[in-house]
Amino acid sequence: MVRSALDQVALELASITKSFGGVHALQGVTFTINKGEVVGLLGDNGAGKSTLVKCISGIHAPDSGEIKVNGNAVFINSPEDARAVGIETVFQDLAMIPEFNIVQNLFLNREIKHKNPLLRWLGWLDTKAMTKRARKSLNRLNTRIPSYKEQIHNLSGGQRQAIAIARAVNWGADIVIMDEPTAALGVEQSAQVNDLIKIISSQGVAVLLISHNMQHVVETCDRAVVLYQGRSVADVAVAEVTKEDLVGLITGAKKIAA
Amino acid sequence: MSIQTLSFNQLKQIALQREAFIYYIFFFVLLFFAVLLHDTAFLTLSNFMNIVKQTAPLTIMAVGLTFALAVGHIDLSIGSVVALSALVGALLLQHTGIPLAVIGALLVGVTVGLINGLLIERLQVSSLLITLGTMGIVTGIARQLTNLESVPIINQDFTFFFGSGKVLGMPILLFWTVVIGGCAYIILNKLSAGRHLLAVGGNPFAARAMGIKVTRVRLYALIASSTAAALAGLLYAGRLHGARYTLGEADLLTVIAAVAIGGTSLFGGRACIIGAILGSWLMGIINNGLILSGFSTNEQMIARGIILVMAVAIGVKELRHG
Repeated sequence: MVRSALDQVALELASITKSFGGVHALQGVTFTINKGEVVGLLGDNGAGKSTLVKCISGIHAPDSGEIKVNGNAVFINSPEDARAVGIETVFQDLAMIPEFNIVQNLFLNREIKHKNPLLRWLGWLDTKAMTKRARKSLNRLNTRIPSYKEQIHNLSGGQRQAIAIARAVNWGADIVIMDEPTAALGVEQSAQVNDLIKIISSQGVAVLLISHNMQHVVETCDRAVVLYQGRSVADVAVAEVTKEDLVGLITGAKKIAA
Repeated sequence: MSIQTLSFNQLKQIALQREAFIYYIFFFVLLFFAVLLHDTAFLTLSNFMNIVKQTAPLTIMAVGLTFALAVGHIDLSIGSVVALSALVGALLLQHTGIPLAVIGALLVGVTVGLINGLLIERLQVSSLLITLGTMGIVTGIARQLTNLESVPIINQDFTFFFGSGKVLGMPILLFWTVVIGGCAYIILNKLSAGRHLLAVGGNPFAARAMGIKVTRVRLYALIASSTAAALAGLLYAGRLHGARYTLGEADLLTVIAAVAIGGTSLFGGRACIIGAILGSWLMGIINNGLILSGFSTNEQMIARGIILVMAVAIGVKELRHG
């Protein structure tokens, strides 16, 4: 794959550690993601995937180690910090408000305010502008939505996932972390989400994909990073390994120098 | 979207919305009493103005409670706040002017709301238990404050502003209802603050993940709820020319029933201010109709209870069926 213009490191993790009491959840995780690259984060239950995601997205602060975004060291102590440096997380439960409609969810806590300074000061919402931008950003992801006034709980799992991804990308995120985006989806909808991931990575967004589904990883990821007992034990190009190799790395049966 | 472009299906959807329920029941109850009481003064404008004036404190409380419910809390202390704020206001009026008395009374509401909110967030206990406790505390303080004596209010300006006055040709109590209801409607439907309130009630984890300060939002909602109750206390004091520890005592059930039937979810995430106002008027109409039909206060209480159970049953059914 030719990616000369995009071959810049978007996210760099160096020796990240995190302990909870006596449990050493992360004992040194090191890897990088380039711009426009989709990296799969693999590992068995308890390998430290969720902890790592929480460290990057600002829910936990790592005990030691360094996170660099676009080459600059950053300190991420809260979800706001993560967002400020361009990291967006699409959570497994998607972090949606079921009673809200699509536009309201897309702009949750980032509402577009009215142009009038007084109304803007009050926090008056500009629903028209938000609907317009929602249409634009969903179109860009080739996602068709029946109506922007539809409440989230009336949508299919795939549509919800698309909206969660659109929300992440909408905010100019350079790095999008996705936690099991296809776990609850059928075959067709999983394929749609895979397409979405390809679209956003082709737009230069770095994607970190957490998945249990080997098929999904092989189809969408450029590289795979494997965590084993809190350490990054392998960093491989997906094209160069088989699914069996990956499974071996995850279970610890196979070893590659990380 | 204009009316003309609505398809039949969309119209059907709107007609079957939970929020629309209050309109049907409002109309039905009105029709019922209008037929039943056709030979009385029930169906007259002056009777309805009376109902609106009498229920003004209830309406304000209902609007306030909507905020607490929007974030997924319940506030049982509002009835007790009514009594304490009315008494504090009336006592302050004996020594100072209206502004200080009003500020003092409203501060009662702010304080109780703040305490409720801080206790709920710090202890992570359900709002039901905390506000049940503060209800007891505040009721006790209100009884202790004047040794069960009532406090008369002779300040004519006060009774004008909070009771018998007229502004722009309409009773000032209706004016208060419109102003407070209008502000609440704008906050919940037009401002980002309302969006955040409902987000916290709808899915607190999602709200937190998107960077909304959940604890702070809940605190504001509880302060709004009990401050509205404090204002209701002033309106009672103004209309009745005095304060007494019994004020607001029997209102809790009525207010919860009014808000619930108005389409606000008792489990957070959905709030309807117009429904809360109509709901409180509905309770007023039912009370008024029952009185004119010759029913006792005991029977009115039973009717209120039935309405609450009905509203909750509908709400829960909808919750299960998504």
